[in-house]
Formats: sequence, structure tokens, C-alpha cells
Amino acid sequence: MEKQVISSTPANLLVVEKPKTKRKFNKPMMIGYLFLLPSLLILCVVGIYPLIQTLYLSFFDVSLTKQGSHFIGLENYKNLFNDIWFKVAYKNTWIFTAISVLMESLLGLVIALVLNKKFKGRGWVRACVLIPWAIPTVVSARMWEWIFNAEYGILNFLLVKTGIIDSNVNWLGETSTAMFAAIFSDVWKTTPFMALIILAGLQGISSSLYEAADIDGANKWRQFSYITFPLLIPSIMIAVLLRALDAFRVFDLIFVLTGGGPANSTEVLSSYAYKTTFSAGEVSSGAAMSSLMAVSVFVLAIVLLFLMNKASEKIEGGK
Amino acid sequence: MTKTIKRSPVYLLALGIIVFQLAPFLWQVITSLKLDKDLSSLPPIFPNKITWLHYQNIFQNTHFYKYIFNSAVVAVSVTLLCLFLGSLAAYSLARLPIKGKSLILLLFLSTSMFPQIAVITPLYNLIKGIGLYNTYFGLILSYMLFGLPLSVLLLYGFFRNIPYEIEEAAYMDGCGYFRTYWQVCLPLMAPGLVTAGLLVFIASWNEFLFAITFTNSIEAQTIPVGIAMMPQMFFVPWGDTAATSILVTLPLILLVLIFEKKLTQGIMGGAVKG
Repeated sequence: MEKQVISSTPANLLVVEKPKTKRKFNKPMMIGYLFLLPSLLILCVVGIYPLIQTLYLSFFDVSLTKQGSHFIGLENYKNLFNDIWFKVAYKNTWIFTAISVLMESLLGLVIALVLNKKFKGRGWVRACVLIPWAIPTVVSARMWEWIFNAEYGILNFLLVKTGIIDSNVNWLGETSTAMFAAIFSDVWKTTPFMALIILAGLQGISSSLYEAADIDGANKWRQFSYITFPLLIPSIMIAVLLRALDAFRVFDLIFVLTGGGPANSTEVLSSYAYKTTFSAGEVSSGAAMSSLMAVSVFVLAIVLLFLMNKASEKIEGGK
Repeated sequence: MTKTIKRSPVYLLALGIIVFQLAPFLWQVITSLKLDKDLSSLPPIFPNKITWLHYQNIFQNTHFYKYIFNSAVVAVSVTLLCLFLGSLAAYSLARLPIKGKSLILLLFLSTSMFPQIAVITPLYNLIKGIGLYNTYFGLILSYMLFGLPLSVLLLYGFFRNIPYEIEEAAYMDGCGYFRTYWQVCLPLMAPGLVTAGLLVFIASWNEFLFAITFTNSIEAQTIPVGIAMMPQMFFVPWGDTAATSILVTLPLILLVLIFEKKLTQGIMGGAVKG
């Protein structure tokens, strides 16, 4: 398909007309690069260069509290492994990512299945689902902060009223519940994204499969577990990949909802690196954290992509 | 009749979804309409007396307008720039015979996955170094980091679904590449541009980490920063915060209601092709 498109571009028409001018760089190619140039240039300035610079800084001892800097090799990284708060932040980031992505997948799947049914007002439900996705994370963090409020929060009120808890819980102030609250807020806001990607996968499943299953007398549950779910795995995997990478770098929500507290129980890598760099002024230490984080994101992406390939191979094989 | 009964679980689930996704927002609406003294006690869940005081407070606060204005300038500029540069790049990637195409696509894809925190210190130094600290330009430049990959990848997917014949006719008539892109491709791409534009706009409007790092005063601070800093005053103004949240979210809700199909398409299409 792609080859066809390329072969009918004017570049190739020119080549056919004048075969002798076949040089390594021809005019259409130059124009192609010219059109890409501004975007690539900007990406280098705001993306590639700063990333390399961050890596570079992590091998020095730059700090805002003192002058000058020296090359110190892997010292910053060694220090990180002895930094108990870094370990806590690293662990919290994984917990946050794993639990919220898992909950979002399950909820997203249910929402996608419902939205895939034809019923009156489906467009409205879809619009309602999009609202949490569209609102700023800072706003949703403020909303949940108020809902979780220990004294005047509606959550405590409802839970006490229905007898689920005996007395008010300080959701955001207790180390045992703060992470749960942060995860819940994240799940609320990002499940719609998950649901829509899974919905795209659902719409790609041919209805003839279900008709055949109906004729064979397969019930709804069997249809789901033998047709829908296996064919949905690639979409679910894409959704998990995109969300996991996003959840791993969570910052806004934590920064506004809990500020990393209480007692670092919700501190994640982004917020800890931010504080280290800008509040404590330990620039190089922060750079080492950020670098480790970038590497972790990269590894996470590779592993998930690998699993995705595995899964789709299995499906191809199953057919 | 039997049909309705068969369908009712779907309706029940749909209702459940709506409640789950809208209840927190509705609670914020209720909060914004309560008097301060009603906010520090539950019950009542619903206000004894509806007050517009919190909204009046916000509208009398000149800072609010400035934050909104800053956000609008930054988000609109980023959107227009990303659409122009992104569509140019996507056109080149989808149509012109360049080498290293998959490598360039991979570059866009991987920059879209960068943790923002991993570029923030050098970017901060750069922005300070060239005198863009606490300016719109600094924010606009840094927002290209997520805006450009998003628009390039989305528009590239759209371009590939447009039949090539119309452009071919333009080339044959002697249109240059830029004119073909500008006069033939862009109009054909209008639906894709709307979708990409909406996604970039929403992402820029909502962005927080760069905004709080690259600005330090009302001159350039955007509304998420304004909302995040609200309770640093003497007491936590829950009612005012709620009212601000509602006001900031209203434009986004309007966009969602008007462009529900486009947004859904963008999220679904971007993921499937990316």
C-alpha cells in the first residue's frame, strides 16, 4: 500500500522522464526535508538537547547552593541508592502505575462494552465520559481534595451515614489511605481514555463472528470469552502502554492533591525529582533521578511492546 | 416490552457510568453555590440558600481574567503553530520521497513519551538564558515538546487515509509542493486539523509542570497555576476554588459537547495508528 503511494509521487514521475538525473538527493526529497526541518529543529531544542544535557548533568555535582562543578562519575547514582526517600518514591511510582492502570483497564473495559451497545442517549453518555478526561488535572485534584476532606468531605459523610465506616477518615492525611485516594482520583480522570481506545478495538470486531456464534448456540459469556476478549487484547495492550507511560510520570495530581505527603507516602519520582532540583537546589542529584526515570520509562515501554507483539502473534497463530 | 427489559441492564450500567464520571463534578457545582457557613457542615448536602457570592468574588478578581487571558494566548498560539508545522511535517512524511521516514516517525513517537521532568532543568536554563523566562514565548516553545509529536502523528495518520488522486492532479497542473500542500491538502485535511487542534489545545490549556516552572508572576502564569496556588492564602477558600474550577472547566465542557465525535475519533484513531 505504502509503496504504491510512493511510486506515484511526482518525484518518481520525474525520475521516469529523466533517468539520467538520478542523484542521491533530488528536489522533492530536499523539499521533504525542508518541510520537516522546523519541527525537527524545535524537537531537538526542547526535547533531545535537554534530555542529553540532563544525562550530562547527572555526572557532575552541580548545586544551586555552591559555586562551580566537578565531574564525579556515578557518585550521584550511588547516593540515590542510599537515599531512603528516593527508594520510597521509586516504589510509590510503581505502585501508583500498576494499581491505577489495572483498575482503569477493568473499568475501561466495562465502559467500552456498554458504549458499544446501541441504546438511546449513547452520545450523551460518551460526552459525559469525556468530561473528566478534558478537565485540567489541577482542577480534578482540587475537586478530590474537597471530596476527601477529613471534616467536611462528602465521602466521609456518605460512608458514615451508610455505616460503612464508624468515624471520619483523614483520607489525605493518613499514610495508609493517601495513596489510595491519589490512585482513585487518577482512575476517575483517565478511565475514559482507556475506555475509548478499547471501544475502538471493539468496533473493529466483525459482527459476522457473533452471528456465527449465535448460530452455534454460544451464550453471551462464551461469546465474550472466546471472541470479544481475545480480539480485544491488542487494543487493551495499546491502552495499557499509553496509560502506563503516562501514570509513571504523574506529577500534577500528586503535587496538588497531597504534595507527596503525608510523610512521603505519595511521593513519586517526578515530584521528588522536582523538589530535589528546585526546592533543595540539588540540580545534579535531580538530574540523576530524572535520568533513571527516563530509563525506567524506556524499559517499561520496551517490555510492554514486547508483550504486545507476543500477544498479537498468539492471536495470529490462533486464527 | 421484552426488548425494554432486555435492554435495562445496559441502561442501568450507563446510568452508573454517568454517576461515576459526573458526581465529583456535580459536587463541585453544589459547593460553588453554598454559603461559606454551609460549607463547614454536612448535612445539608444541598445548599439551604443558593448564593452566587463565590462567582462574584471570582469575577471581581482581576487576576482571574489575567490567568484566563494568559492561558488562552498560550494555548491558541501553541495550537496554531503545531497545526502549521505539524501538518507540514506530516505532509512531507506521508507524501514526499524522503529517506529515514520510519526513523523520523520513531523520533516523534519517542519524544512524546519523554517524562517532562527529564528535560526540565536544561530547558529551564535555556529559557532563562535566552530571556524567555516568565514570558508567553517560553511557555509556547516548551509546549511544542508535546504538541508537535501529537499533531504530527495524528495528522500523518489522517494524510494516509486521503486519496492521492486530487493532489496528483494539482502537481500535474504545475502547482509547487508548498502550494499543493496549502491549497489542496490542507482543505482536504480540515477534519483531521480540527481533531489534532482540539487535542493540542486541551493539553496546552491543562498543562501544569512547565507552567509552574517557567513562570513566576501573574505576567505569564496560566490558570492551572492560579488554581494550584489558591489555598496558599490565609484560609482555604473552598467555595471560591470550586467556582473557579467550574468556570475554567466550562469552555472544555463546551468543546466536549460540540466536538464529542471529533475528540472520540482523535483519541481512538491516534492510539490505533500510533
